[in-house]
Amino acid sequence: MNRSQFRMAALSAALLSALLAGCGSTQVGPEQGGAPVETRSADVAPVVAGGAQGTMLPAVLTDPKSILSKRSVYFDYDSFEVKGEFKDLVAAHAKFLADNRQFKILIQGNTDERGSREYNLALGQKRADALKKMLVLLGAREDQIESVSLGEEKPKSEGHDESSWAQNRRADILYSGEF
Amino acid sequence: MLRSLLEHLAPALSRRLSLFAAGTLLVAQMAAPAHAELTIEITGAGANRIPVAIADFSGEAGVARALTTVVRGDLERSGMFRLVDPGAARLDENSAPAWGDWRSKGADALAAGSIASTGDGRLEARFRVHDINRQSALGGAAYVTSTPTLRLAGHRIADFIYEKLTGEPGVFSTKIAYVVKGAGRYELHVADADGQNAQAALISREPIISPAWSPDGTRLAYVSFENKKPVIFVHSLASGRRVAVANFRGSNSAPAWSPDGRRLAVVLTKDGGSQLFLINADGSGVQRLATSSGIDTEPCFSPDGASIYFTSDRGGSAQIYRIPAAGGSAERVSFEGSYNVSPRVSPDGRSLAFISRRDGAFRLALMDLASRQVQLLSDSQKDESPSFAPNGRMILIATEVGGRGVLSAVSTDGRIRQRLSIPAGNVREPAWGPFLK
Repeated sequence: MNRSQFRMAALSAALLSALLAGCGSTQVGPEQGGAPVETRSADVAPVVAGGAQGTMLPAVLTDPKSILSKRSVYFDYDSFEVKGEFKDLVAAHAKFLADNRQFKILIQGNTDERGSREYNLALGQKRADALKKMLVLLGAREDQIESVSLGEEKPKSEGHDESSWAQNRRADILYSGEF
Repeated sequence: MLRSLLEHLAPALSRRLSLFAAGTLLVAQMAAPAHAELTIEITGAGANRIPVAIADFSGEAGVARALTTVVRGDLERSGMFRLVDPGAARLDENSAPAWGDWRSKGADALAAGSIASTGDGRLEARFRVHDINRQSALGGAAYVTSTPTLRLAGHRIADFIYEKLTGEPGVFSTKIAYVVKGAGRYELHVADADGQNAQAALISREPIISPAWSPDGTRLAYVSFENKKPVIFVHSLASGRRVAVANFRGSNSAPAWSPDGRRLAVVLTKDGGSQLFLINADGSGVQRLATSSGIDTEPCFSPDGASIYFTSDRGGSAQIYRIPAAGGSAERVSFEGSYNVSPRVSPDGRSLAFISRRDGAFRLALMDLASRQVQLLSDSQKDESPSFAPNGRMILIATEVGGRGVLSAVSTDGRIRQRLSIPAGNVREPAWGPFLK
């Protein structure tokens, strides 16, 4: 949805809530012998949440031939350790951030679907934090990196088997403009 | 039965529904709320159901039938009652029951009433409940209502009957909140406890989790990912006004209201790790509650506000702990197994519902806090997010049936089971609202 569509939707949502408020305003007051059934007549005004827009990034971050276009680090089950096979990828991003102090990144940690949503959110945070720590050790500045978690909420693979779960135990790097 | 009720709803409600639909069409496609409503299926009932007869309400046929249907449906779905066929008896709140006839039909209790126009466009429902064995009236009431709030009047009547016959308050007039996941969209819905009258409070392309009702039932706190990270909002339902009460650097999640509605226990990662904090309901006054080197999450206040239960891996595995709400040292509460999460204290403060992993399955468990005895209440694989009915009788959870997310309500004795689902839809993250004030 572009900005004007979003504005249109927000306006319409406001109109809709006004309509709802109008037709829900049936007041029930006390009357001889009868108590009101509902004073908090629960009409609910719907709200539409917005989202961020993408912008152009330098080719070195998006060119499939560049290591910096690789943004995902995968983790073992119940593990928060950045494995050796991702060391070059992490080092490349750390160097890019060290050389380009104006850039910031968001690290989103993810988990597989098993277990509590909130607990998984905390587990995904541990993965994001582990990746952030390594980037800082390799030269990125702490204030260039925000680590957050999406828990089990945004699976890359929707399946319910080990190969899907392995895809979802992951931390992703997003550059300024992508979040 | 649910469909026939809808057909019998009087014109004013239909008009309101079509206005709602017309309003929706004005909104961009993204904003069209899914109108699918929850349907309830009973999959288990209580051992000793009370036989009760609900006579047809007298009055204008369509309205009276709709009201009678709501009352009967509520009582039957509760699993606590067996409906006795009232036959063709024509009764209202003033009728003297033929005690012998009702006893021979096997009814222990009888309710009869009427619904009539008050002359100013409103309706008044009157009714009386009788104890057949004692041959005496248990009480009665009158509620002023209107066609759009007719179902609510029915829920109020069912609550009255429930309380007279079981000694505990009914929850038929309460609300539930839950999240419906569609293709690339998430909707936070609020519905009557029987799944009807569902309305979308929030529609988003990004996930919504952990809805929590304010104690007065006017607001929901929840976690929304609309900003590409978890942020806690407090959302006033009537106005749609939303405030981001915790949007700190890092993740913000797991809101839990204090019983007085003035504060929220939350999980923030702003100072490193997932840690417990208290904030005021407007987002001010951030104060750290506990410090650990691992994960602390899923806080839940005890009903007296004195303690906070939460999940932590501080002992090496995910377990439930308790800490004074004023801060202090944490005490471990759960011991059996290696994964016990999502604690919720019962309204009387005596038991704790939580999710326990047993042989790879995530199951609803209930702990008696005095004896620490644990009972498993489900035999399913993927239970999540327990939430007590405000009378403490039922626990609402999210679970999976045939790969689809459904809600399930289980009585604390494990006998009564209801399933709430949307045809071909995914429902999750239930939260049972408070009693109506």
